[in-house]
Amino acid sequence: MTTTATTSADTGTEAPAVTAAARRKKLVPYWLLLPGILWLVVFFAAPLVYQASTSVQTGSLEEGFKVTWHFATYADALTEYYPQFLRSVAYSATATVLCLALGYPLAYLIAFKAGRWRNLLMVLVIAPFFTSFLIRTLAWKTILSDGGPVVSALGSLHILDVTNALGVTEGHRVLATPLAVVCGLTYNFLPFMILPLYTSLERIDPRLHEAAGDLYATPLTTFRKVTFPLSMPGVVAGTLLTFIPATGDYINAELLGSTDQKMIGNVIQSQFLRVLDYPTAAALSFILMAAILAMVTLYIRKSGTEDLV
Amino acid sequence: MRTVTRWLRRNLVVLVGLGTLGYLMLPNVIVTVFSFNKPNGRFNYEWQRFSTDAWTDPCGVADLCGSLSLSLRIAIWATIGATVLGTMIAFALARYRFRARSSVSTLLFLPMAMPEVVMAASLATLFLNMGVTFGFWTILIAHIMFCLSFVVTAVKARVMSMDPRLEQAAQDLYATPFQTFLRVTLPIAAPGIAAGALLSFALSFDDFIITNFNAGSTVTFPMFVWGSAQRGTPVQINVIGTAMFAVAVLCVLAGQLVGRRRRRS
Amino acid sequence: MTATAPTAGSSGTDVRLTAISKRYGSFTAVHPLDLAIPAGSFFALLGASGCGKTTTLRMIAGLEDPTTGSVELAGKDVTALPPHKRPVNTVFQSYALFPHLDIYENVAFGLRRRGIKSVKKQVGDMLDLVQLGDFARRKPHQLSGGQQQRVAVARALINHPQVLLLDEPLGALDLKLRRQMQLELKRIQTEVGITFVHVTHDQEEAMTMADTVAVMNGGRVEQLGAPADLYETPRTTFVANFLGTSNLITADVLGTSGDDILLRACDTKLTLPATRCTTTARTGEKLLIGIRPEKITLTHADDAGTIPDGRNRITGRIADSSFIGVSTQYVIDSPVGPGLSVYEQNIERDSRLAPGAEVVLHWNPGHSFGLDAAQSVEAGTDAGEGT
Repeated sequence: MTTTATTSADTGTEAPAVTAAARRKKLVPYWLLLPGILWLVVFFAAPLVYQASTSVQTGSLEEGFKVTWHFATYADALTEYYPQFLRSVAYSATATVLCLALGYPLAYLIAFKAGRWRNLLMVLVIAPFFTSFLIRTLAWKTILSDGGPVVSALGSLHILDVTNALGVTEGHRVLATPLAVVCGLTYNFLPFMILPLYTSLERIDPRLHEAAGDLYATPLTTFRKVTFPLSMPGVVAGTLLTFIPATGDYINAELLGSTDQKMIGNVIQSQFLRVLDYPTAAALSFILMAAILAMVTLYIRKSGTEDLV
Repeated sequence: MRTVTRWLRRNLVVLVGLGTLGYLMLPNVIVTVFSFNKPNGRFNYEWQRFSTDAWTDPCGVADLCGSLSLSLRIAIWATIGATVLGTMIAFALARYRFRARSSVSTLLFLPMAMPEVVMAASLATLFLNMGVTFGFWTILIAHIMFCLSFVVTAVKARVMSMDPRLEQAAQDLYATPFQTFLRVTLPIAAPGIAAGALLSFALSFDDFIITNFNAGSTVTFPMFVWGSAQRGTPVQINVIGTAMFAVAVLCVLAGQLVGRRRRRS
Repeated sequence: MTATAPTAGSSGTDVRLTAISKRYGSFTAVHPLDLAIPAGSFFALLGASGCGKTTTLRMIAGLEDPTTGSVELAGKDVTALPPHKRPVNTVFQSYALFPHLDIYENVAFGLRRRGIKSVKKQVGDMLDLVQLGDFARRKPHQLSGGQQQRVAVARALINHPQVLLLDEPLGALDLKLRRQMQLELKRIQTEVGITFVHVTHDQEEAMTMADTVAVMNGGRVEQLGAPADLYETPRTTFVANFLGTSNLITADVLGTSGDDILLRACDTKLTLPATRCTTTARTGEKLLIGIRPEKITLTHADDAGTIPDGRNRITGRIADSSFIGVSTQYVIDSPVGPGLSVYEQNIERDSRLAPGAEVVLHWNPGHSFGLDAAQSVEAGTDAGEGT
């Protein structure tokens, strides 16, 4: 229906405060926010600031650390650990792409083809979550063990020759190679890809597929022009939920890799917990955070979805 | 041959999807199978022979059940804390207009967009410099911190999709603001709150990275498993992993069954 | 502006709004408004969306705080009372049935909140009144739109409110069901005798159901009165166009002759009874003369001589005609204005009245109405149609 008025006043909920009661009502959101936000400020934001100051401190554990604006820590950390940085980004980017490639068909299957099996399949996707992910990651040690059925099969199918040529495996081993670490990362973060994908696919009206077919689109064109664009919010959320934690992860590299597959998370962890070089650990954390925020911002801006919270 | 390729093309999505599902399920199958293993050495990575020893004595390894109960206690308290605080924030965001709204949203988004290792190291640095003793309380504080944003996201989505007229209708039908919240708002928002709580529990119970930095000498279940990867993996951790999986699946199936029966009646 | 409904044969005033207004920042949703709604009446607030009708209703319910003014219910000032302390109930747009409660509990909700323990008989009676006795244990989403609508009415009426407020209660129903529910609501209102205040954008619905209609536009009441009065004597172009269709012709005032005002539009002389003109006519100034399409008779130009004297006449040419069963609707281009509408009853059809034919439009001057020419001729035209 066409209207002459510009704004709909019929459903407006905002009101200027006129009475004391209304003024009190205005304070309600602040009281609701206060405890939770205070928690985040004290235990999330403040530590980051503290971390920033730690990164420009010098000293030792015995004599204590002092802020000396020693920015060289950043330069030193970068020169020493840039291979781990690059490796982290490369591994997690590969894992993210693999997650998308593997997760999309499954999310699509559940959303459009599962029928009455839909709920069961969803349970099967989520259920592994309930077994400690460390135990499940350790299981990959068994699956990919030297001379085990998986590795022998890959060997006899000459797949190992290909991966050796690519430099992601070595000889007749999968464990302690980049392939094992990426495989573990992909496995661990796959549900984080599938769930947002499923959520956005499930919202698509199946009649849109029929409409596209009716308008002379082949199934492939329908997917490219209708389904995939509509699932973009899920793709964006899924890739972020996969890429960010995968970049900072050090468990897969530790359990499934060797010293040659160490990622930046491993370095931060050992600097902090073993070497006790807090300034270096802080500087590395900051570089990692800045790098990820920059990449994420760029990515979000490019994909045009900013409403993620 | 042509019919085979055509069949393959038509069912490619199904095949790849089921393949992915297999990839997801495989480790759980291994964990379950190897909970019946009797390994020769300290590590439970290679199949030797069938045994139910670990199942009959799940606490037979030192510190294992202690760490498990600690993890459960932390997860329960972290869930309660994060759910209460997160639900309050979600209501404020979904129902009110106020200044600083976008900064609040950013503050909530950042913990989800930040690698755990960064948050872990930062918080640990703060605790170290404040001279706080690491242990149960530092872990709990950290867990509530990183679960909070997830609860807010889950609850807010639910509250936003709720018709504000429902609450107005309740007030129109003589419900006081408190009764309105209790009888209408809360029951309708409950699935979102439950989802947020469940997610918190899972995240807290399974967290390793942040806990590892903020636990001191306290050992939670994931930390026990991590340590065992170096010292030797007892079969009992597979038993616990399998049991957790079974309990979770049973709970979900029971929930669905109840839901279906309620819908039918 | 002041608008008071005629308190014909009623026992007093149920709702009295005094200088009530509502502003959102710089946007004024409702301009200061006085309104008195007599007890036991069926009162409709009619207007396009955004005209302030729902805001007015919500201020009566207490769901919106007025910026200025006061609300009185049965002589008691309730302006400061929250919704749950006001003796009014609302049937919400799209019903707002509680999805987590069954029909029985939805209907019992208000009674329970007021601490009434034994609700069984009342709920049963109420569900019978709306013919939903067998659906007590269903959830709202298991009911059809019409059934949900009846639950919403039952849920409100069970509390015996002083006033029942209905916010576009039939908006979500299809046309046929809407007609049926209009009669049903009218029956319930007559039966329970409670004052109904009904907000709608559907002029036909307002005229069918209400004793008194207030037409709102841009946060003001344009005109208030019985449906027939509004239709026959609109006071603004908005009302003339929003309620049904009107032909509005701009004319110069030539002077007066007895009780009539003499007008001229493009060399055509027209007369208008002074009593049917809502503005003061000054010689030499302009005036709008309005006539409803069904009051006009069409005569072929060849038979112009058969038209009796004393009628207003306009010449024109048929641009388009459409046959719709009970009548034929013509669009006629005339020197006084293009696109005049004429509805002719299908009694004796003149086969010469086809597009292109030269015709004379004529009507009884007593059916015309005069409006201030300062208003837009188009006001209310696009807002009235459709849902």
